[in-house]
Amino acid sequence: MAVEPLMDEPKDQFPIGMRVLAVDDDPTCLFFLETLLRRCQYHVTTTNQAITALKLLRENRNKFDLVISDVQMPDMDGFKLLELVGLEMDLPVIMLSVNGDPKLVMKGISHGACDYLLKPVRTEELKNIWQHVIRRKKFDSKDSNKSGNQDKHDPGSGGGSGSPGTLSDQNGKLKKKRKDQNEDEDEEHDESGRGDPSTQKKQRVVWSVDLHRKFVAAVHQLGIDKAVPKKILDMMNVEKLTRENVASHLQKYRLYLKRLNSMVNQQANLAAALGGTDSSYLQVGSLNGRDSFHTLIGSGQFRNTAFRSLPPGGLLGRLNTPSGLGMHGLPSSGMTQLSHVRNSSNSTNDQVNCQQVILPGNHNGSVLQGMPVPLELDQGQHIKGVTHARELSIPIDNTAIFPIPRALLDAKIGISSSSNPLLGVVNSPLILEQNSQVRQDGQVYGNQSSVSVASLNSEFSSLLPIHSSLNETWSTSAQSSGIESNSFPLNDCFKQPTLHHGNMRDDMPMVAFQMERNPCSASSVASMSTELQDIRTEMQCRASPISSNAGRHHSPPQGWVDHNQDGPYSNVICSSINSMISVHGSVGTLGQGSEPKNFHPDMDFNSIGQSSYFDPLYLKHDEVNKSTMEISLKLKQGLGDQSRPQGSYISGNFGSLEDIVKAMVKQELDNAKETD
Amino acid sequence: MLGLGADPLRADMNRLLALLFHQGVLDEQFVQLQQLQDESSPNFVYEVVNIYFHESEKLLKNLRGLLMEREFSDYKKMGIHLNQFMGSSSSIGAKRVRNVCVAFRAASEQNNRAGCLGALELLEHEYCYLKNKLHELFHIEQQRVLAAGVRYPMQN
Repeated sequence: MAVEPLMDEPKDQFPIGMRVLAVDDDPTCLFFLETLLRRCQYHVTTTNQAITALKLLRENRNKFDLVISDVQMPDMDGFKLLELVGLEMDLPVIMLSVNGDPKLVMKGISHGACDYLLKPVRTEELKNIWQHVIRRKKFDSKDSNKSGNQDKHDPGSGGGSGSPGTLSDQNGKLKKKRKDQNEDEDEEHDESGRGDPSTQKKQRVVWSVDLHRKFVAAVHQLGIDKAVPKKILDMMNVEKLTRENVASHLQKYRLYLKRLNSMVNQQANLAAALGGTDSSYLQVGSLNGRDSFHTLIGSGQFRNTAFRSLPPGGLLGRLNTPSGLGMHGLPSSGMTQLSHVRNSSNSTNDQVNCQQVILPGNHNGSVLQGMPVPLELDQGQHIKGVTHARELSIPIDNTAIFPIPRALLDAKIGISSSSNPLLGVVNSPLILEQNSQVRQDGQVYGNQSSVSVASLNSEFSSLLPIHSSLNETWSTSAQSSGIESNSFPLNDCFKQPTLHHGNMRDDMPMVAFQMERNPCSASSVASMSTELQDIRTEMQCRASPISSNAGRHHSPPQGWVDHNQDGPYSNVICSSINSMISVHGSVGTLGQGSEPKNFHPDMDFNSIGQSSYFDPLYLKHDEVNKSTMEISLKLKQGLGDQSRPQGSYISGNFGSLEDIVKAMVKQELDNAKETD
Repeated sequence: MLGLGADPLRADMNRLLALLFHQGVLDEQFVQLQQLQDESSPNFVYEVVNIYFHESEKLLKNLRGLLMEREFSDYKKMGIHLNQFMGSSSSIGAKRVRNVCVAFRAASEQNNRAGCLGALELLEHEYCYLKNKLHELFHIEQQRVLAAGVRYPMQN
């Protein structure tokens, strides 16, 4: 992948030591990514929570050069994180996903990602990500020389013109990838000072609440269509603010409005479909962008969460209460803005969050008053209201009303982004209670929310049991929060003879749950278990000579024995099955090798001394195999009327995937025919 | 015990690996994993695979739990689990597991419960096989390392 030679980097070893923040909720991928990045000689920090990532970034913007984030995370949508990072810290963000759907890629681009990588990530790809950091630093003016890089890996520099004058043209063309690239590029061009301070003399512009307010006021005064950066800049009359800064911020603002508009559209459609009146809805939609900006940016992210049906009356009824919404004295331009925004399209199917449109009305305590509206509407949506509050609190910075630590609100977000419907139900009483307090006294909010936080937190942790009813002792680390540490205790296991011991434990849950989930086939399990118990005892008898001969290599059989005695009933079966399978596996391997010297040392001994050992074991394995098949068969039969005995899955020789998939598809078709 | 040294064990390992690659159980990504293992992370493959096992079992449990619900309808949640499973499986090179996840996801997108159940069965099956094979691999590797550390007079 060719990267254009940009100007000479002052630090020649720049890619080395680049500070990357990696965010992924999947521990496997995170660990893998971390190691990959370290291999590229980057300095890596990892976290499995987007909220923690944001916290880290906010603590010190200059601590990181680049962020890599997964798209799908439980506590926050990756796109939202992307946007927030781009807005607040203006760091390059690379998205990671297993899903390469062009729509998602497009979404990533439109949210400002500078790259979108597919899992599994390869070293070659990661070796080049530093270019995104350089690119941001280098584009510090209208210089469009650097835009020539057409590599697919950097959609952000798609060779468009760097002239900020094209901003107003781009308002209606956001959907085109090209233009998105241009916008990204323009952002990079315009946000001149936001690179690494060590190489840039210009200061990074922080869009504080006040600054943003001025900006929005200026935009409103000019009218959204006529607002050009130059005029805005003049109107804002802020020192050290360049036209480029304003231009890029305007771009973002427009993006946000567009997103808002699509939500508004959806909501209006929904309302219309449900028979509500649009006008009342319109009232609400105050795009008084002052405070809605950040809020709505965030709200756009919730499109993808699952929604339940809205009670239309409730929706509109509540929307109709301006006091509840905290709307006073909205400028009329707010309305025109709304109508303007509605004209642009980009409708995605989200019945989202016009409620979130509501909130911004006033950025004082009334913001909180806005919360109840969305919250009461829908299980899924009220959580967004909470999230709202969080986002509002940050730009608004009315800390008097929000004594809550960010972590608290972050926890709310963590819960909110989850699409778990149960969670929505669980949260609603808390939030409602919270809001009722708010109405009375904005100051009380802080106290209330701290109460609700505790419960929210507990609910958050109680999320996990919802997922897994089997809380085996070996499933310890459910969801570790915070930053991953480098040391893995597993490391120690490797060299110790307890290797298999640990493995057996791992084996157990897998098969254990498989069995425990099928209570109806308990009888079949019972019958099999007795058979296997016999096999197991035999196995143990045969295993013990191995262990005594091979010393520590074969403590596994003892481990099996121990575990069999400790673990629950089904675990016994599982471990014995697994042990037999794995032993058989190695036996099989040995069998394939014709030279005697290929035997394992300990096995070899046995083969010499007890050549008869393998055969019975082999036979037993077949029996086990067969009984496993029978069990599987019975289990599947026990699963319900819909599933049929799926003999094709039980191929003892693990037949080809294609056959299995074909069988599965065929079964699906048959089932579909049945149900039709 | 006559020391047979690390070489035959390595041959065993290679043979097992070749088998797994041939069967499509593993793919080149696993090779990347192996390449990431070096002096600075000597047990990388083992570690990452163990994390994978740990997580995968949770996911499988969740998936089965979802599908066993009487009123199951949350295909979306299933999709999320599947996504994670796909991501982790592809990251360690578990090709067959990943492929089943793809089929599973397709069934889930069609809200096809029976299809999902079938895919889950297959997934558990494939996962089980993979796990056993990888355990075997680690076992051989462990022995090889130990054997390599032992000096027998005849080996030198």
